[in-house]
Amino acid sequence: MSTRSFGQPVKRNEDRKLLTGQALFVDDVELPGLLHVAFLRSQVAHARIVNIDVSRALQRRGVIAAYTADDLGTYWRHGPLLVPPPPISGAIFHERTHVPLAKDKVRHVGEPLVMVIAESRYIAEDALDDIDVELEQLPAVVDLERALAPGSALVHDDLDSNISAHLRQSKGDYATAAAKAHRVLRRRFLYEHGISSPIETRGVVAQWDARASQMTIWDTTQAPVFVRNGLAAMLGLNERNVRVIAPFVGGGFGPKIMMFYPEEVLLPWASMRLNRPLKWIEDRLEHFFATTHERGQIHDAEIAVAADGRILGIKDVFLHDGGAYDPYGLTVPINSQCTLLGPYVVPAYDSTFTQVFTNLPIVTPYRGAGRQHGVFVIERLLDLAAHELGIDRAEIRRINLIPPDAFPYNNEIIYQDFAPLSYDSGNYEPVLDMALDAIGYAGFKQQQAAALAQGRHIGIGLACYVEGTGIGPYEGAKVQVQSNGKVSIATGIGTQGQGHFTVFAQIAAEQLGVEVTDIDVVTGDTDQFYWGAGTFASRGAVVAGNAVNEAAKVVRQKALKLAGELFECSEDDLVLKGGKVSITGVPGKFITLGDLAGHANPMRGAVKPGSEPGLEATQYFGPPSGATANGVHAIIVEVDPRTFDVNILKYVVVHDCGTVINPMILAGQIHGGVAQGIGNAFFEKLAWDDQGQLLNASLADYLLPTSLDVPRMELSHTVTPSPLNPMGIKGAGEAGAIPVGPLFAQAIEDALGLLAQGIELREIPLSPSRLYELTRNGGERG
Amino acid sequence: MDNDFHDIALTVNGTAYNGRVESRLLLSDFLRHDLGLAGTHVGCEHGVCGACTVLLDGEPVRSCLMLAVQANTHAVSTIEGLASPIGDYSPLQQAMHDHHGLQCGYCTPGILMTMTAFLDEHASPSEDEVREALSGNLCRCTGYQNIVDAVLAAADKMRG
Repeated sequence: MSTRSFGQPVKRNEDRKLLTGQALFVDDVELPGLLHVAFLRSQVAHARIVNIDVSRALQRRGVIAAYTADDLGTYWRHGPLLVPPPPISGAIFHERTHVPLAKDKVRHVGEPLVMVIAESRYIAEDALDDIDVELEQLPAVVDLERALAPGSALVHDDLDSNISAHLRQSKGDYATAAAKAHRVLRRRFLYEHGISSPIETRGVVAQWDARASQMTIWDTTQAPVFVRNGLAAMLGLNERNVRVIAPFVGGGFGPKIMMFYPEEVLLPWASMRLNRPLKWIEDRLEHFFATTHERGQIHDAEIAVAADGRILGIKDVFLHDGGAYDPYGLTVPINSQCTLLGPYVVPAYDSTFTQVFTNLPIVTPYRGAGRQHGVFVIERLLDLAAHELGIDRAEIRRINLIPPDAFPYNNEIIYQDFAPLSYDSGNYEPVLDMALDAIGYAGFKQQQAAALAQGRHIGIGLACYVEGTGIGPYEGAKVQVQSNGKVSIATGIGTQGQGHFTVFAQIAAEQLGVEVTDIDVVTGDTDQFYWGAGTFASRGAVVAGNAVNEAAKVVRQKALKLAGELFECSEDDLVLKGGKVSITGVPGKFITLGDLAGHANPMRGAVKPGSEPGLEATQYFGPPSGATANGVHAIIVEVDPRTFDVNILKYVVVHDCGTVINPMILAGQIHGGVAQGIGNAFFEKLAWDDQGQLLNASLADYLLPTSLDVPRMELSHTVTPSPLNPMGIKGAGEAGAIPVGPLFAQAIEDALGLLAQGIELREIPLSPSRLYELTRNGGERG
Repeated sequence: MDNDFHDIALTVNGTAYNGRVESRLLLSDFLRHDLGLAGTHVGCEHGVCGACTVLLDGEPVRSCLMLAVQANTHAVSTIEGLASPIGDYSPLQQAMHDHHGLQCGYCTPGILMTMTAFLDEHASPSEDEVREALSGNLCRCTGYQNIVDAVLAAADKMRG
């Protein structure tokens, strides 16, 4: 008898391989005759390429080949545009996508110039020193505002400015709202998001098998199906002749989905040319330049409020650093624009952004994907308005929350998936109340005064957010009962630690009455499942999970139908449980799922016309639009007013992501998100000089949070199912990371009584040294 | 320089290996690519992330900061040797599974080796001591909380 596993903290199927060192990651692929690849990358941010001479490198023993852009011939082409501009009137977009090897010009430090192939990685890296490169350096475009000033150097010479994109979206009439307002507050906000820094860097192994006309690519990608389709087209192969395997992937968080990274394009090409398997593994220094980033925005925002704190309107004009190329279209700044609205009723909204080309690495979504920036602006505006109006910080949030009877709630603007930004369901006030209760908000002022009397500066913060999750277009899954009674699930998405091997098994177990441990899940192998989009936008569990559910339902129906025929009874009299189908009330009369699978694929007799052999089904699921999760984080910090060392005393998360499949895995997602949020709020700043050089490109200088920095978190959940999918689930992958910035700024302000001194913290990250500067300079940009 | 090779002999997880290695070959590369013990992972190759941690004569070392030739005559322990020959988890492996102490699992080998050595010397650690010991291993997925709980639970179990 199997117990119900759906909704339970089931331990993970994938752990054994990972805990015993037997999981296959890309760098673990070893092949006979494997050659190794290293890239010579630009050491300057902006330059014309005068000459590249690889002849000395080719003379080094063990070097097999060295290729520049010119060697690629017609294979050299710009990468595809992953996300076209949204169909919004007035949108400006200048498509300038990336290239496999720089030709004519380099546009950021780390842009690849030469691909070197050698017998070992050591020799390939040695050979990089043998290459002679002559560059004519150009002024680098680094600062967002100066990039748009007349006379700025141009990242793309064929454009007349560094504008990559420009978009205005609005609802209501902001000017009228502002005219009626009790107060209008206008402020500038700076928000820097960092780099995802998965502990596994990127890597590609490409193996061309000329006899089989088969290309196999092991790739640390989050989207193997897209990579397969795109590379097949580029290589002139049938899609069936290209297999992309994303095996175990050591963290992704967004940047491991790009179409294409240069290495993904170049290794298969060179493997065909040399008829040898090739491996490239990014080193940590390369990762700082060769993998995409998320970075900064500058917001000039204003909020119009009534005397009671009600929001009448918000106006925001912001600049977004897009980097040297714009393959992701407008995705990140649209997320910022949309997520700024948060869980609040905002009757009038007027938001305009400009995406700016800079001579810095490409910006693509990283966990949160621009949502952090928007949440920071609205949450800080509310704090400052509350201070100005003498209203409690929790109360100004409460009175502006969208009421539970207003769903679905249409925000009247367009989201990143081009669907109207509509919140499917939600019940926000209980989440706020639970968070206030858990953090001890009501008694905090007393606690704070008592601490201050002892010379300790403690402060409290809270931040609300929504997260659009689980967007389309679709995912699919194949569920198959094997003749040994075990169930196999295959889906096209990649997995990078989210627990897919377990949660998809829980979903199928619910339908098929088998143990989770008897279900084997395959993700990220295009030969196992042909169709799919990928793992991004907190969509794996929602979209692929629902596809698994639909496929398992069909298998369940097939099993019951077949058992009914065998037993010559009605399906209504059958029960599917414990890996077998039994007749209700007739103990001992049953058939196992494995035997049924055998019957479904008979050696003799006929499979009836119109039916299919096998106990299996493939189904697809595509939600009409994304499901909106929401939550509130609250924090108590202690700040040393001399050193600005910030110590987190308490951290609370209350979250609603609809139906929960596995609370243990969900908690893990939240923990990890908060940890990345803490890194973002505190430490993680890419420090560029005015020539576009990164000054802290090592993990000793670009600090990631350690076990001493991330506190124990207290989590609770409410459940408001999504009406957009049969299981009622919403995504949760990014939620932990989104609201941490405003929480920190607010709590530190509170701890040090900064607002009373006229000092506002309007930027992230807030390192101790930056806090020192800001408090000394009176809160202005220093 | 290209011909600067050395013969080395060492044990890994109790098994004797002989190899001929270039002077500059990292221990991490030797283990992963020469011996095929790819359970040891490489995250940064500059000694910060801790993913490549192995035990050298019982002491945690960063295999990306050591040369293979330096391991000559020594006993190396890696993640592949933690479970029993029939696959039973060590107490720490079991606790990591029970407490969801891993997500992508890439940093896990280094954490298992670092904390295995820690638990050998600290039978009753406090949470603060565990966090201090763990602070040289970076994990980008878990936020550490479940790893800390797993180490405390393993210590508890090992005390009996």
